[in-house]
Amino acid sequence: MNISKTLTKFVRYIVLVIFFCLYILPFILVVLNSLKERTEIISNPLSIPKSFNLANYFSAMEKMNFTHSFMNSLIVTVFSVVLITIFSAMTAYVFVRMQNKLNKFLFFLMVASMIIPFQAIMIPLVQIYGSIGFLNSKWALIYMYIGFGASLAVFIYHGLIKSIPLELEEAAMIDGASRLQIFFQVVFPLLKPTTMTIVILNVLWIWNDFLLPSLVLIKPEERTLPLSTFYFFGTYSVDYGLLMAGLVVTIIPVIIVYLFTQRHIIQGVMNGSIK
Amino acid sequence: MSSQKFFDRLKVQLLFSGPTLFAFFTVVILPFLYGIYLTFTNWDGVSTSHSFVGMKNYLAVLDDAAFWTSMYKTMKYVLLTVILINVVGFFLAYMLTTEIRAKNLFRAGFFTPNLIGGIILGFLWQFIFSNVLVYIGEHFKIGIFSSSWLADPDKAFWTLVIVTTWQYSGYMMVIYIAGLMNIPKELLEAASIDGANAFVRLRKIILPLMVPSFIVCVFLSLQRGFMVYDLNIALTNGGPYKSTQLVSMYVYQKAFLSQKYGAGQAEAFVLFLIVAIVTLIQVYVSKKREVEA
Repeated sequence: MNISKTLTKFVRYIVLVIFFCLYILPFILVVLNSLKERTEIISNPLSIPKSFNLANYFSAMEKMNFTHSFMNSLIVTVFSVVLITIFSAMTAYVFVRMQNKLNKFLFFLMVASMIIPFQAIMIPLVQIYGSIGFLNSKWALIYMYIGFGASLAVFIYHGLIKSIPLELEEAAMIDGASRLQIFFQVVFPLLKPTTMTIVILNVLWIWNDFLLPSLVLIKPEERTLPLSTFYFFGTYSVDYGLLMAGLVVTIIPVIIVYLFTQRHIIQGVMNGSIK
Repeated sequence: MSSQKFFDRLKVQLLFSGPTLFAFFTVVILPFLYGIYLTFTNWDGVSTSHSFVGMKNYLAVLDDAAFWTSMYKTMKYVLLTVILINVVGFFLAYMLTTEIRAKNLFRAGFFTPNLIGGIILGFLWQFIFSNVLVYIGEHFKIGIFSSSWLADPDKAFWTLVIVTTWQYSGYMMVIYIAGLMNIPKELLEAASIDGANAFVRLRKIILPLMVPSFIVCVFLSLQRGFMVYDLNIALTNGGPYKSTQLVSMYVYQKAFLSQKYGAGQAEAFVLFLIVAIVTLIQVYVSKKREVEA
């Protein structure tokens, strides 16, 4: 009895470790090869690098215009996510607290729109905003993310706000607080765990998005990280060491943030799925 | 008095929901409706005028064999990835909700691919398929790896399936873990005492109670499968010989590279209808299987 229990436990570990290697190994291989020269990679992509050579990194960062596109990505992600959370929470709040036919319809429309794939919108989107000259800037991109991100965020907030007792707000109202004050000082702080979830889901999506920025941002100096990575690979497609270094510099910042926040991230994704 | 109250309410309504609704309507609803209109025109993306052509674009969609080939491939891709992602995701979740050490390390590791975008993952795996695996194939005389999978039309399709499974199974694992942790412990203990072994507990208790999680995960993986674009262009770029050009990439090229916006939009709209029908059927069918704990 005890032996078979230990055995199944042992087998379980072996299986998990094998899977773990499958998930992590690709990243390790890229890091290893980013330190090598082209000929060394071709002769043996599995070997440990002969020397610790960071030349590929400097060259890749310069050719990708890394700092600049990193900043673009950061600006787009931060502004989009902050605005999505605040605006959506406010909208969900009105939808719950001022229930009338119009708000019920608007809420239904937002939820129903979640089924529309981006591909069904992208052509008219580019046409409309191109014709009024509102493309090619990160602010246009941020604006679009608010439109695309609102539905899910409103939906998730809506579920939670319904469960907040009205008495809390009435007390504040008697003290003479305005609607805005009530929202930002009483309601919004109560939404914090859900806000975390929405922030995480949106950061993962917006930081990594490729198709929308590739349609909206045409000028090279406005490019986000996924876009610069794409053009960088197109231009230097044979210099493997350089390419691998390019991948590592885009992955590393994400991994560093992940190491510090992984519990929150995994919890956030869990919460986002249950609601 | 009452009109004063009406304006107060209107002010609150506009202040709180105005910005969101404005962005939502101008970014989602307006383009969606305008897109439906575009499908009935012959607009080429450049000229200032376009004329109404009725159902011509839709008839052209029916005639466009290349579109249906890519749609067929996408269906095959979606079917395979939905099954694999969810089987692997559930399996990992099941293993990680048993008594085992270093759970958090395993979870974090399996989730890692989801932090990184499809473009970067696509290039990363392109290197592995065309260099690392070829090297292993030649060096250790493993026939299946001796030539690049990305150069072979059949195998290139499988690289997409493999990488997608690797990418999303960790995400679904997280959702399944949440579902598994919600199953009442007493229920499993009672079953154990009644003599149910692990397999019976899985089949009779765990799987039926996990239906809500399956609905969410299948829905998410369906949506992602139909929409895949960035991984597709970075990993295979539709090649070799357009053998891996999935529908999203096809529509993009039709509209923006061939400048057939009306026709491209009609195909995008057909894609929307197919996705909507498939997901609604999926949710409807699986909702009927839901049980209460």
